Amino acid sequence: MKINKNKVIEKVVEGALFMSASLSVFVTLGIIIVLLFETIEFFKEVSIIEFLTDRQWTPLFMNKHFGILPLLNATILTSLISMIVAISFGLTIAVYISEYIKPEKRMIIKPVMEILAVVPTVVYGYFALLFVTPILRKIFPDISTFNALSPGIVMGFMIIPIIATMSDDAMQAVPKWLREGGYALGANKFQVTTGVVIPSALSGIMASFILGISRAIGETMIVTIAAGQMSNLTFNILEPMETITAYIVQVSLGDTPAGTIEFKTIFAAGMTLFVLTFILNVFSYMLKSKFRERYR
Amino acid sequence: MENNIRIEAREFNAYYDKKCALKDINFKIFSNKITAIIGPSGCGKSTFLRSLNRMNDLIENFNVKGELLIDNENIYDKDVDVIFLRKRVGMVFQKPNPFPKSIFGNIAYGLRIHKMFKNYDDLYMKVENSLKEAALWDEVKDDLNKSAFDLSGGQQQRLCIARAIVINPEIILMDEPTSSLDPTSTAKIEELIRKLKEHYTIVIVTHNMQQAARVSDYSAFFMQGELIEYDETTKIFTAPSNKLTEEYITGRFG
Amino acid sequence: MKEKKLINKIRDNFFPVAGLLATIISLGILFVLIIDVLKDGYMRLNLQFLTNYPSRIPEKAGILSAWVGTLWIMVLTALFIFPVGVASGIYLEEYAKPGKMKDFLEINISNLAGVPSIIYGLLGLQIFVYFFKLDRSVLAGALTLSLVVLPIVIVATRESLKAVPLSLREASFALGANKLQTILFQVLPSAFSGILSGVILSMSRAIGETAPLITIGALTYIAFLPAGPFTTEFPFITLQGLKDYFTVLPIQVFNWVSRPQKGFHSDAAAGIIILLIISLFINFMAIYLRIKFEKYMRRK
Repeated sequence: MKINKNKVIEKVVEGALFMSASLSVFVTLGIIIVLLFETIEFFKEVSIIEFLTDRQWTPLFMNKHFGILPLLNATILTSLISMIVAISFGLTIAVYISEYIKPEKRMIIKPVMEILAVVPTVVYGYFALLFVTPILRKIFPDISTFNALSPGIVMGFMIIPIIATMSDDAMQAVPKWLREGGYALGANKFQVTTGVVIPSALSGIMASFILGISRAIGETMIVTIAAGQMSNLTFNILEPMETITAYIVQVSLGDTPAGTIEFKTIFAAGMTLFVLTFILNVFSYMLKSKFRERYR
Repeated sequence: MENNIRIEAREFNAYYDKKCALKDINFKIFSNKITAIIGPSGCGKSTFLRSLNRMNDLIENFNVKGELLIDNENIYDKDVDVIFLRKRVGMVFQKPNPFPKSIFGNIAYGLRIHKMFKNYDDLYMKVENSLKEAALWDEVKDDLNKSAFDLSGGQQQRLCIARAIVINPEIILMDEPTSSLDPTSTAKIEELIRKLKEHYTIVIVTHNMQQAARVSDYSAFFMQGELIEYDETTKIFTAPSNKLTEEYITGRFG
Repeated sequence: MKEKKLINKIRDNFFPVAGLLATIISLGILFVLIIDVLKDGYMRLNLQFLTNYPSRIPEKAGILSAWVGTLWIMVLTALFIFPVGVASGIYLEEYAKPGKMKDFLEINISNLAGVPSIIYGLLGLQIFVYFFKLDRSVLAGALTLSLVVLPIVIVATRESLKAVPLSLREASFALGANKLQTILFQVLPSAFSGILSGVILSMSRAIGETAPLITIGALTYIAFLPAGPFTTEFPFITLQGLKDYFTVLPIQVFNWVSRPQKGFHSDAAAGIIILLIISLFINFMAIYLRIKFEKYMRRK
C-alpha cells in the first residue's frame, strides 16, 4: 500500500516537471501565433509587394508608406559594423587565450570579458550617443548626432564576449593530437594555429559569428538611443537611421491603440525580426552540433 | 549440504544493447559466506554483481534473460519492487562515495528514506550501532556532525559500509571496495569484511587475487562473460580444475 | 635569410601582441565607459536622487519610482523563474528519455534563448496586457521578463545537475532510495549553488532589460509607487501592487538619455552608476557561487 503511494507521488511529480518543461514549447507557440495573427491582419491592409519593395517606411505619418527596406537596411548596416568590431577583436582574443596563454590566466580573462555582456544595453546606448559619437565627430566632422556607426561599434564591443568565449571553447575542443601532428611536420605555432586549429574549429567559430549577428540584429536599446528613430534608406553610416527594433520601441512609447494599422506594423516588423534571427539561430545551432559530433 | 543457498543464477544472461555481457551463468551463492568474484577486467564480474541489486536498471538498453533468484524468488520478475530489493541487498562501491553530508547524516539517510526509526534516540542508537559494527565508531564518535569528506579514504569506505548495513540488508555486494585504498586501510576493511559474514551474505568483486584468497570462502572465476570455475577458495587457489583459471591465478594474463 | 627571419618574428609575435592588445582595448572600453558615467553623473549622486520622483527640473529628478519598480520586478521574476526553470531543468536532465521529444524540447529552449528580447515584449503585450487583461502592470512586466530569462535558468540548472557525479546517485539508489528521493535529497542539494548561480545570473540579465518592458507599455514617466506589499490590516499583506503601473531603472535612464537637455544626461549617468553597481554586484555574486560550486564538485 505504502509502495503504491510512493509510485503515485513519483508519477505526479514527473508529470508536473514535464508540464514545466513543456511551458517553453507554449512560449514558442505563443510567439509564433501572436506574431502571425497580427501580421496577417497587417497584410490584409498592405500588400506584401509594397512591404518588400517600397523604399519608405512612414506608418506614423499622414502619407503612409509600408516598405520594410529602410528598417531592414538600418538593421543590417548596424549589425555589419558591429560584426566587424566583434569578429576582429573576438577572434583575436579567442586565439590568444586559447593558444597563447596559460590556462590559469585564461580562467581569469574569460569571466572578466563576460562583464562586457553584462552591462545593460541602455548604458551602452548612453555611451554611444554621448561619448563615442562626439569622438567620431573629430574624425568625421559631418557625422550626425544620431548615426549608424557609433552604435554599431559599441554594439560590437558588447558582442565580443560571445564570439571570444564560443570560439575559445571550439578551439579548446580541438584534440591535442591534431596540433601535435602539425608540430611533427615542423610547423611553427602560428602555422599550427592558422593551419590546423582554426580550420578544425571552424564550424564552432562560425557558429559564434552567426550567433553574434543574430544578437546584433535583435539588439534594441543601443540603436534606439544612438542611431535615431527616423527611418532613412541610405548606405551612409554617418546618417541617422531607424532599425526594426528601434521602430518597435518608437511605437510602443506612444499610445497606439490595438487594432490600428500602426499597432499592426510593430508585429509585422517583429515577425521580420523573428524570422531573421530564427534562421540564424537554427543555422548556428546546427553548426555547433556538427562541430560537437566531430570531436566527441 | 550444510550450506543454505541464498542466491542462485539459472541460465542468466545480460546484454548491453545487443552485446552479450553475461552468458548462461549458473551459480549458487551460500548464506553467511564470502564469495569472491575474480577475473580479468571486462569479464562481466561487475555486471553480475550489479545485476544482484538491479543497479544495471539505471543503464539504458540493459536487458537480462534467465533467472536470478534470491531466496528462491526471481528478482527480475515483473512484480518485484526494486526499492525493496535494494533495501535487502546493500552495496559498497569501488571508490568511497559518501554523501556530501555529515557523518551522521550519511548513515541516517537510509533510515530516513525507509522510515526505519521511531524517534531521534532510536535513530541515534541505530547510527551508533552501525558505526560500531563497521569499526568506525571510536574514530568518529566526537565528530558525527563533521562532513564525511573530512574522513580519510579508508574511513570513508568504512562509513559507506556502515551506511549500507544500517538498514539491515541480508546481502552486501562489494565492488572492488579497496581498490582505491592504501594497504593499511585495506587490511582494516578486509578484517571488517570477515567479521561481517556472521550476519550477512557477502559477494565481493576484486581484481586482487591475494585479497580473494585472504577473505573469501568461495571464489568464482569469470572470463569473457562466462563463469569458468566456481569452488571453495582454497581449492581454486591450490588446485584449480580449469586450465584458464590456473593461468589467470598464476598471473599469465589478466 | 635575414629577411625571412624578420617575417618569422612578426608571425610568431602576431597573436600574442594582437591578442593582448585586443584584450586590453576591450577591457579598456569598459574602463572608459565607467569613468565617463562617473564623470557625468557623480554630482547627482545623493540621497535625494534615491528618494525623489522624476521631475521636470533635472536637478530635482530622482529614481525613487524606478528603483522601487525594479525591486518589484526583480523579486517577482525570481519567484516565477526559480520553480519553473529548475523544474524544467530537472525534467530534461533527470527524467526525459533520449529521443525525439527530448531533442525537440532542447532545440526549442536553445532557440528561445536566441529570440530577441523585444519579441518577448510583443508576446507579453498581446498575452499578458491584452488577453489576460493585466494592463501594463507590475505583474505583466514580471511575467514578460520571466519568459525572457527562463532559458538561462533552465540551461544553468541542467549544467549543474550534469556536474553531480554518478557515484552519488548510485550510492542513493543502492540504499533503496527511489528516483524522487535521490533527486530531492542528494542531487539537488549538491547542485544547489550551481543552480542558484544560474538564477542570479538571469537576474543580472533581467535587471538591464529595457526593450520588452517598453514594448508592453511600461511608463517612462511615473510619479507614484506600486502599493506596498504590507498593510496594517489583516492579513497584513496585499498584492494590490501587482496591478499598479510601474517603471524600472533602465527605462528611467532611457527616458533621460532621450531628452535634449544636458541636465537630464547627468541624471541618466547617475542612474547608470546605480544600475551598473547593482548589475555588476549581482553578476559577481553569480560568478562567486559558480566558482564555489565548481570547487565543491572537484572535492567529490
